[in-house]
Amino acid sequence: MTPLSYLAPTGMLGGGFSEDHFRAAVENHDLAFIACDSGSTDGGPAYLGAGRFIQSRQSVKRDLRLLILAARSKDIPLLIGSAGGAGANPNLEWLAGLAREIACEEDLHFTLATIPAEPERDLLLERLAAGRIHPLANAPAITAQTLCEADRIVAMMGPEPIVAAVEAGADVVIAGRASDAALFAALPVHAGLPAGLSWHAAKIMECGGAAVAQMDRPEGMICTITEDSFVLEPVSPHQANTPNSIASHALYETANPYRMLEPGGVMDLSEATYEAIDDRRVRVSGSKHEPAPYTVKLEGARLAGYQSMVLGGITDPVILDRYDAWMAGAQAHAVEAVNTSFGRDMTGEYELHYRHYGRDAVLADRQADRPSPNGEIGLLMVVLADTQEKAAGIAATAGHAILHMAVPEWQGLVSNLAFPFSPHVVDLGPTYSFTLNHAMELDDPLEIHRPVLEAL
Amino acid sequence: MTRLRDLAKLIRSKNAGPFELTIDVMLPDRATYERVVASGALDTARAAEAFRTDPSKVQVFNYAPANAVKITVPRFAVSGDPADSDLFGGQQFAPIVDIDIP
Repeated sequence: MTPLSYLAPTGMLGGGFSEDHFRAAVENHDLAFIACDSGSTDGGPAYLGAGRFIQSRQSVKRDLRLLILAARSKDIPLLIGSAGGAGANPNLEWLAGLAREIACEEDLHFTLATIPAEPERDLLLERLAAGRIHPLANAPAITAQTLCEADRIVAMMGPEPIVAAVEAGADVVIAGRASDAALFAALPVHAGLPAGLSWHAAKIMECGGAAVAQMDRPEGMICTITEDSFVLEPVSPHQANTPNSIASHALYETANPYRMLEPGGVMDLSEATYEAIDDRRVRVSGSKHEPAPYTVKLEGARLAGYQSMVLGGITDPVILDRYDAWMAGAQAHAVEAVNTSFGRDMTGEYELHYRHYGRDAVLADRQADRPSPNGEIGLLMVVLADTQEKAAGIAATAGHAILHMAVPEWQGLVSNLAFPFSPHVVDLGPTYSFTLNHAMELDDPLEIHRPVLEAL
Repeated sequence: MTRLRDLAKLIRSKNAGPFELTIDVMLPDRATYERVVASGALDTARAAEAFRTDPSKVQVFNYAPANAVKITVPRFAVSGDPADSDLFGGQQFAPIVDIDIP
């Protein structure tokens, strides 16, 4: 079996990388392909729900241009996964549009494949009814209504649609939502290299050069897979891998560092070993892969409402001395003020979340010792309602109520909130919730994800 | 008294998807790793107490290849929900930073 090498330029398309180091690595290695992940759920449900893009157009186009130029100069496939962040159809079309622009600007002619990842709702409903959609860890309960109401649902594709696109002649593959590892495992497994090594390598490579010992800046990684091991080498000559840095990467953003479910199998890293080849390259062996029923992970987002916010600083030592008691009274006053302004009991028509920065805004009761208000509190009030106008109105009224809430120790009108900007009520726009964390059985790995080819 | 922060080279938290939170404790060498594991300070019951969740929902992995202990718990609110205070889950590890390691 011939060794196979490939390169991941950065952990996320648009995250940037050094052009010089990347070009040198492409020149100095016999690469079978270049691949780069573009996706993440880290930005939250808004990107999936609204079809927004996590990285800027400018930074994505910069990275994509360098990748397309390098891949075309060597006539090797370029694979991009989870297009535009969420990998839904608007994200995919946005990224494909950038690829077309680049082809035109650089006078390049190649075959572009896009692979949509939004399943038909009828298919989802049929699979749910057949008991073929299974909850993953901590998943919310779902019904047919959950599937119908979601604004967007994507299914994370496995390696087969990527292989199908390349086999059909694609030079550049832009995939919708894809398993990060599947994008990188697809061609090595297809070439006949061991599945355990190919998937484990892919799991590390999908983050680009993030597994180096000290990531002072985003750079890439080169992987070479053979019959019995794989070797990882940083693209940047200034970065180094160590056995510990590579082993540690199995911890990053994973629930379980030993076993990871992927479409068609489970990665088993329990017997993986890591050894230094020199001061910057690491060899990994012993990784296993167990076949499992073919499932794809579903992600879904639905509109939760519209948010508006008020941010104010509180420094009055008299308030801070008994902050909790005063704030409880102020919040009750805000509820009354909202009811008065709308002329009815508004209970149940909105949510108002108070966050007390400097006290417990992030950890709530999970702190061992909740700090006493000392010096300053940043009070953030976030309103959720079914229209933007209603959310803004409630935020304005509740903010005003707390601004002028009486402080009994003082006599006269007080202003309790220091607003850092005008307008002090800020509309946050539509807000979404993730509604799915499920695995759906497929009859065929290409059932949902079918490559669409176009000649540029 | 030795605090976990005095032993660890890194304590961090992060989303493991939008529905789970994972906390990694990286120890500098095998001996320190074995000391922390043997202390029981990061066992399921103690982790559940620190993160105010039910022990049946806590997973603890002792990961010798990187001299690390991983704790995975349900997210306190689903990532990005109006009730969520930490989109990336990056600032949730504080409850174990100062626990005592015998």
